[in-house]
Amino acid sequence: MMLKAGGSRRAGPGHSFNRREALWGFVFVSPILLGTVLWFIVPMLAAVYISLTDWTLLRPPNFIGLDNFRGLFQDRIVGQSLKVTLIFTAAAVPLNLLVAFATALLLNFSRSRTMYVIRVLYYLPALVPPVANAVLWSWLLNTEYGLVNWMLRAVGLPKVLWLQDPDIALSALIVMSLWGFGATMIIFLAGLQGIPPELYEAAKIDGAGSRHRLFRITIPLMTPVIFFNFVINMIGSFQVFTAGYLITAGGPNNSTLFYVLHLYRNAFEFLKMGYASAMAWVLFFIILALTLVVFRYFGRDVYYLGS
Amino acid sequence: MSTRTMPAGASLRRQARIHRVWLYAVLVLGAVMLTTPFLWMTTSSLKDEAHIWLYPPQWIPNPLQWQNYTRAMQEHPFHLFFRNTLILVVVGEIATVGSASICGYGFAKFRFPGRELLFGFALATLMLPQIVLLIPQFIIFRYLGWIDTYWPLLVPLFFGGNAFFVFLFRQFFRTIPDELCEAAKMDGCSELGIYGRIVLPLSKPVLTTAVIFTFVGTWNDFMGPLIYINTPAKKTLALGLAHFKGYYGTQWHLLMAASVVVTVPVLIVFFAAQRYFVQGIAFSGLKG
Repeated sequence: MMLKAGGSRRAGPGHSFNRREALWGFVFVSPILLGTVLWFIVPMLAAVYISLTDWTLLRPPNFIGLDNFRGLFQDRIVGQSLKVTLIFTAAAVPLNLLVAFATALLLNFSRSRTMYVIRVLYYLPALVPPVANAVLWSWLLNTEYGLVNWMLRAVGLPKVLWLQDPDIALSALIVMSLWGFGATMIIFLAGLQGIPPELYEAAKIDGAGSRHRLFRITIPLMTPVIFFNFVINMIGSFQVFTAGYLITAGGPNNSTLFYVLHLYRNAFEFLKMGYASAMAWVLFFIILALTLVVFRYFGRDVYYLGS
Repeated sequence: MSTRTMPAGASLRRQARIHRVWLYAVLVLGAVMLTTPFLWMTTSSLKDEAHIWLYPPQWIPNPLQWQNYTRAMQEHPFHLFFRNTLILVVVGEIATVGSASICGYGFAKFRFPGRELLFGFALATLMLPQIVLLIPQFIIFRYLGWIDTYWPLLVPLFFGGNAFFVFLFRQFFRTIPDELCEAAKMDGCSELGIYGRIVLPLSKPVLTTAVIFTFVGTWNDFMGPLIYINTPAKKTLALGLAHFKGYYGTQWHLLMAASVVVTVPVLIVFFAAQRYFVQGIAFSGLKG
């Protein structure tokens, strides 16, 4: 029998592989290997080439070297879209993390039935489909009949042109994005519930106050989760698209022209595939650079339980 | 201070009670704020055109315009959008959950050279911003003549679906004892048989998590259909709602009715399988 002949699935490292087992292994994982090549590696290589051409889909591509990238750095609208995206990320990500973390701390105080219901209510907005979310917020922020201005009117404040004022529209979208903080909150809450209660009890016996416990136990132990949420939120917010596309169409005056929205227009409205590919690569390197910086400077402060 | 004259225990207890009152007050206030947009969406969807402009707003519309829903569904072929979305969801589920679990099984239960490297390689694709792949994938699918079909949205899913799910399945399958698989093998079960008849039936939690996440992902997807689908009759709900907003930009009562229709199924799925939902999210956050 093969199994008895040393084909155990748990043979230690250094053992030679059972050929039949290895073959079956390759058969089972072949879909994702093939998929990685077909839908990731080939498109990546294609993206490099496309970004070096002036392809518009209408005529065959010409190789133009780095002209697209040179053009990008002089393009003021690209600069504007990058600025919008950076401001959005710099405001929305910390705000989202802070609110989500604070709420998770509060929700973690007890595990009563009421808390559970409250937790579900906090999470629900994160489930709303992005398109429905965009339609709903267009209505909430409607100048004449929207709920937000109606509430301002109820307390005697003047109405605000949330989506028509170039100085306000982006802030309105930042606040709107905060509505979905429940997704981040749930991850924080799961992390908090994973902290062994004995640690708090020991600290209590040592006379540590609640502030001390927060800064010396909770936050250090939560650093991996904070770090994870930070990176995920940052990558996500750099790729924000739906709200800008559906609520403000990038306006007014390009004040909500997110980078990916501008990229989408270049590619699928102006058919400038080469230029848009170059834009995609620039975004890729910005995200990569920021992620590396985050790992470099914050990654080493991350504690892991048991290490 | 009066607390000083009290026995220490009573004072502490009183303080704890005050804290708890504050805690719940803050949390309930937050919950009210966060759920108000849902209420606003629902009441708006049940008003007639005249009442939607009234100040102060009516929270319980009178009369209740249930026909907004039928009107919204009839003025735009929402029944078609619904059917299209359902097709994408069903085929997407089979493709994603099927292929991701097969690949996860391969990584979890077989030893072969380069296994960890290949797994890491597949996982690395998750780190790549989708936006870089958008244009080359579009060009590849255009070259294949797949524009305005569902193929670009479905075919890639048959290749492991999403590396995250492969990871999820791999982690789960590793907790299933090898002895079980070996025993089945002794009894003459084939490799596919072990996967299909022994391992999968033991994996309901992870299967449920994958099914739910795939559902929400497909249901909510906007950019995919936006880029690939042109024919109105082929649109999905998300895409249909976006275009509905373009056509009926000021008919907020109909737009809200359509938004409710698009939102409710996701909420139903969430309430039906909350436990798996939260487990999946927690898993992605803590072990990813």
